[in-house]
Amino acid sequence: MASLVIAEHDNKNLKDATAKTVSAAAQISTPVHVLVAGSGCASVAEAASKLGGVEKVLLADDPAYAKMVAEPMEKLILSLAPNCDAILAPATTNGKNYMPRVAAKLDVPQISEILKVVGPDTFERPIYAGNAIATVQAPAGKKVITVRTTAFKAAEAAGSASIEKVSAAGDPGISKFVGEELSKSERPELTSAKIVISGGRGMQSGENFHLLDKIADKLHAAVGASRAAVDAGFVPNDYQVGQTGKVVAPELYIAVGISGAIQHLAGMKDSKVIAAINKDEEAPIFQIADFGLVADLFKALPEMEAELTKLGY
Amino acid sequence: MKVLVPVKRVIDYNVKVRVKADQSGVDLANVKMSMNPFDEISVEEAVRLKEKGKASEVVAVSIGPQQASETIRTALAMGADRGILVKTDAEVEPLAVAKILKAICEAEQPGLVILGKQAIDDDSNQTGQMLAALLGWPQGTFAHKLELADGKADVEREIDGGLQTVEIKTPAIITTDLRLNEPRYASLPNIMKAKKKPIDEKTPADYGVDVTPRLKTLKVSEPPKRTAGIKVKTTAELVDKLKEVGAI
Repeated sequence: MASLVIAEHDNKNLKDATAKTVSAAAQISTPVHVLVAGSGCASVAEAASKLGGVEKVLLADDPAYAKMVAEPMEKLILSLAPNCDAILAPATTNGKNYMPRVAAKLDVPQISEILKVVGPDTFERPIYAGNAIATVQAPAGKKVITVRTTAFKAAEAAGSASIEKVSAAGDPGISKFVGEELSKSERPELTSAKIVISGGRGMQSGENFHLLDKIADKLHAAVGASRAAVDAGFVPNDYQVGQTGKVVAPELYIAVGISGAIQHLAGMKDSKVIAAINKDEEAPIFQIADFGLVADLFKALPEMEAELTKLGY
Repeated sequence: MKVLVPVKRVIDYNVKVRVKADQSGVDLANVKMSMNPFDEISVEEAVRLKEKGKASEVVAVSIGPQQASETIRTALAMGADRGILVKTDAEVEPLAVAKILKAICEAEQPGLVILGKQAIDDDSNQTGQMLAALLGWPQGTFAHKLELADGKADVEREIDGGLQTVEIKTPAIITTDLRLNEPRYASLPNIMKAKKKPIDEKTPADYGVDVTPRLKTLKVSEPPKRTAGIKVKTTAELVDKLKEVGAI
């Protein structure tokens, strides 16, 4: 039987997290079907139909799904569950919100944030903030899985799946979306950026983050932060990289004024290259950094910007 | 309105975890245990609701070994009124926890259940949502701000792109994120008072729930280690190195 991947999107664009979840799904059970649940989201279904390895896209276009509110999403996914033996969602705040409801109703355990598919029923997942990796085997029956997308390669855009409309499953009417405040940025998203530059408590204030912004603009990088910087109110919560924030694995991660608490390392230690700038040479971040610079960031960042300008960035 | 707050006894967040040599799990012998940090935020939020006159009673529940009663005592010292210990030495998975909590909700009829969004041991982030589904209640997960009104709650949630507000009907499930509040330290007089507050002892069987794990843990291993690279002397050298390895 098929695996069903729940697409992550904003009703206009399909998120990269979906392509990565499709890769994980293809290793568990084929064919792979993708559910696009949203409102006015035909272009998303179109994009999903082009993902390699996807046989069919199910499009549930209804105002109830516009913001993927958990209660209607649960009903919709359950209405499609009889036709599949694995249901996967990326471990985004959306996936983490609706998936356990589906698992509970199917009376199966959820397997959260898998890092690797060892076999069709066996998976690796992080525990203790990534300080240990558990290999777990799911019981017979349907599998409900969330996927840590940084651990999987995106399925290539090489397919031509059919798009089939599915009917809405109704809204239980116990919850509704009221509003949202989304950070506006011209820069790439943290979780899909090739380069991430993050600031910590050492930045001293929110205003000082503009030093990072300037470098981010040159490198087309996303800007992140440690929990300490978010808790201190320097930047909003959606900047947070770490076990309880976002997990990133870019080609290059530049940690600035970040000491390297376990919590933070859990969110970025799988980056390909890590560079760290910190004035404390004993900072734990240097133990995992490929390139460390012991320096005052208020001196180093303008210098770095100037160096990049010199090199034509 | 009654508020139910489930609390989990976990390895203290300051302890560096060590994987056992035989890969059967993480070494918990002689390790400091504490209340899951997200659950402290739940207790704080519930106690604040009581202090504001929005909640009539705060009941702390823990599912675990006898020592989990200490975790309940911590909640009582913070201001919860009474406790329920569901005693078991088994490792209880989120689904089984949700089933036990469902039975407790049916008996206690709370207006809100406030849970931590995840426990820092298994990092599952499931129990609150599962409980909501089993009860057919709405959920406000990853709460950043909670406002109660007649028969409903407005929950501002931490989401990937920023913040989102949902309106949910009560009774409802709330799961807490880091910035909902800053938990208080229990004062000595309150710690003394907590010793006199009642804790009911139950077992999973009392609620008709089988807690046998459904997932089989085949092994627990160390994550791949990263090693320290080199120290560079100047910013220019750093930029050169990044260019050399093709990172920029």
